[in-house]
Amino acid sequence: MNCVEQPAVSPVEPRWIRVARCESIPPREGRAALIDGREIAIFNLGDRFLALDNRCPHQSGPLCDGIVAGNAVVCPLHAWKVDLETGSVVRPVNENSCVRTYATRVEAGVISIEA
Amino acid sequence: MNTVKTRLVVIGNGMAGVACVEQILKHAPQFEITVFGDETHVNYNRILLSSVLAGERSADEITLNPLEWYQKNDIRLRLGVRVVDVNAELKTVTGDDGSVIEYDKLLLATGSSAFKPPIAGLEREGVFAFRTLDDTRQLLERARPGVKAVVIGGGLLGLEAARGLQVRGCQVTVVHLMATLMERQLDPDGGSYLAGKMEDLGVRVLVGRSTTAVVGNGHAEGVALEDGTILESDLVVLAAGIRPNVELAYKAGVRVNRGIVVNDWMETSDPDIFAVGECVEHRGVCYGLVAPLLEQGKVLAATITGHKGPVYTGTVQAAKLKIMGVDVFSAGDWSEQHAEPVRFEDRALGIYKKLTVRDGKLIGAILVGDTSDSHRYMDWLRSGTDLTPQRRHLLFPPPAADAGLDIAQMSEGATICGCVGVTKGAIISAIHDKGVNTLSQLKEATRASTGCGSCTGLCQEILRAVAPDFEEDGKKVLCGCVPFSQDNLREILRSQRLKSVQEVLEIYGNGLGCEVCKPALSYMLDMIWCGDHDEDRSARFINDRVHANIQKDGTFSVVPRIRGGVTSPDELRRIADVADKYHVPRVKITGSQRIDLLGIKKEDLPKVWADLGMSSGQAYTKGVRMVKTCVGTDFCRFGTQDSTSAGIEMERRFEHLYTPHKVKMGSVGCPRNCAEATVKDIGLVGQEGGWQVVVGGAAGKSVRKADLLITVETTESALEAAELFFQYYREHANYLERTYDFVERLGIDKVRKDTVYAPEPMRLALLDRLQKSKAASHDAWLEGQSPVNPTQFIPLRPIESVPS
Repeated sequence: MNCVEQPAVSPVEPRWIRVARCESIPPREGRAALIDGREIAIFNLGDRFLALDNRCPHQSGPLCDGIVAGNAVVCPLHAWKVDLETGSVVRPVNENSCVRTYATRVEAGVISIEA
Repeated sequence: MNTVKTRLVVIGNGMAGVACVEQILKHAPQFEITVFGDETHVNYNRILLSSVLAGERSADEITLNPLEWYQKNDIRLRLGVRVVDVNAELKTVTGDDGSVIEYDKLLLATGSSAFKPPIAGLEREGVFAFRTLDDTRQLLERARPGVKAVVIGGGLLGLEAARGLQVRGCQVTVVHLMATLMERQLDPDGGSYLAGKMEDLGVRVLVGRSTTAVVGNGHAEGVALEDGTILESDLVVLAAGIRPNVELAYKAGVRVNRGIVVNDWMETSDPDIFAVGECVEHRGVCYGLVAPLLEQGKVLAATITGHKGPVYTGTVQAAKLKIMGVDVFSAGDWSEQHAEPVRFEDRALGIYKKLTVRDGKLIGAILVGDTSDSHRYMDWLRSGTDLTPQRRHLLFPPPAADAGLDIAQMSEGATICGCVGVTKGAIISAIHDKGVNTLSQLKEATRASTGCGSCTGLCQEILRAVAPDFEEDGKKVLCGCVPFSQDNLREILRSQRLKSVQEVLEIYGNGLGCEVCKPALSYMLDMIWCGDHDEDRSARFINDRVHANIQKDGTFSVVPRIRGGVTSPDELRRIADVADKYHVPRVKITGSQRIDLLGIKKEDLPKVWADLGMSSGQAYTKGVRMVKTCVGTDFCRFGTQDSTSAGIEMERRFEHLYTPHKVKMGSVGCPRNCAEATVKDIGLVGQEGGWQVVVGGAAGKSVRKADLLITVETTESALEAAELFFQYYREHANYLERTYDFVERLGIDKVRKDTVYAPEPMRLALLDRLQKSKAASHDAWLEGQSPVNPTQFIPLRPIESVPS
């Protein structure tokens, strides 16, 4: 089942925000950034960066601190597994909650996210 | 009484010859046996050479009959001697060392050799066959990361060699003359599924391509194909089929066709000469697999010992590819002429199955991607079962409600291990009569699953269903990402000199990894290379990235090291100051005589550590926690030993090191055991005149009284015993296995033999590796001042400020 994207908290039009240089996030790790009052986790998957809210839908664990497993991250608190591309929960199965994701792009060595 | 024994000379010390001798010995000890082997090794399991190449087994592990076996059975073994002539009239054989010996009966078990296709330049250096242990050793010496290798031949052996070289880091291309890989075992569809799987593993596959030459200047530098392509290669492996070794049979004057011709009693055209194995041709067929050799050996043994009667009528050909993750099985006649094919395929899953049925009976099977039903099909093939009633369930048996049902349904006579020829009945009697409870005991008792190993799962199931105290052998795979047991992985990392988690995942796994395997591999690498590995923090749990214990709200707890629970007013003041300065929401005395500061933000960790000026207590990791001590002789009126100093010293020797799971220790000055040393992973229990060192205790999730490792007189000896056990546990326990499970799994007897009672060189080696690891370790909190990356502790601060 597809998870339902939560509506954005802020009614403002999304725009691109330059967050950090690529090298600030080591490969296969995540880091949190506070943007517009929301904590967003950005992951370096080697060939691309993926961003989503830094809150596990289970008990709000900091996803940025999880171990990356392929295209997913495993929450450090209770090992829920969240797909970084879609934000959907892959473990436990049949869990329909999901995490909001953000588009990312890299320009001149700087990661931007659309938030 | 006639005591003159019949002189039996066996030419060939391979699986067929020796298996046949084993059978002959069962019949009667009437022979004086001499075995010639041109290799310099005792008999080994040739079909497992590929697993030696792949690092899954050591050369020693594939030995079938050690030297003692030959001695015990009075067999004269002539290793490294090649027989160059047979004179059937004088009944003599001549060795290449000039020796001539007489025989009454001669057994030819000369096997086969690699077929040399008409390719120019095969004499160049760097071209190898893959038939013997020596070939394997030579390949192992040359196979290194980055070496380019071409395997000529995409049959069973070629593919297994290719995978073996590839896991050693070589870039491997398989060139196959035919359009289908393993075309003797697979149809074109099956071959294409297999090719896909090999490519997925990272082995390049070229089919329908003919090799014309190995080119190079003395040494192989490339392989030339008929279409003009040159494949760069430093190493060339020839695996283009085998040819029976028949030269000696020619010289002996017995009838030879493609192989040495034998009848159903395994007799050749000379009444005193017999032949067995890959060198023979029976009813027009030469076999190159193991099961026929053993069946032939049994018949031959009966014939040669004067019990002529049993006949060999041929073997249903069955083959299984032994590449982890690439399951291929083929048996019988799977061609679709005059048969009804039954198929299933799923490209996405990579599964292809085909059965051929004639007159309601199974005559052939091909399985790629899922071979779990191969035993059922083998059984149907051998028994000729009428399948009409279960025609709808040929490919997909209805799930059994009862897990033991499959086993219960199998007849007593059903063959479980096709290689060695062990039936279900034989396994069950071994379980009952010999008290077999584990797979390794079963192997020892019956030799089942010592051949290709493909019946291991089935043997386990029978053990599980029948053995009263069944135990797993601890060979469970680490996880789906790297499907090897931890024992196996440690061996692989060592032998392949792998130093980073990502490298291991790329070569042996799915390239991705997960939260289960990454920390386990991180531990193994750190332990094996004594800290001299490529540390990859992305493969560590967050606690080991920031050296603090993550709490439910995402904050961290900080526990400074207070060795032996002994602190000072100055330290306590600093702890109090930190608690004030950072508004620590809770300060708590732990159960381990330490102080826990809870609720600290990640970015404050470096400052907190600096202000504390104490080292990490490792309360967040699978590592050395602490030593709980009593006050010992310093103050206690009952104390017999200075347990406080001993405990502090033990903590100093082990601190900062990683362990398979947490290690909590205790040191007490008398048997009153006030610091509960007997329920710790390692405990020192002082007594009048010495110490007892105890290990494997627990008072957490499990409660277990520790086992006595040794009783010693001096504190230094006690510490050394603790060190031996500590390092032994680090090296042999599975990741996340506490000492209490570890000691129970191995038995304290074995632990003692391998540590405190081990020969001196072993003990010194354990201590030496511990010293090396210790020297490479450091207080993790030093990273507060020199982080491994700029954002180790701090969040990203957007370059662009966003107006809210």
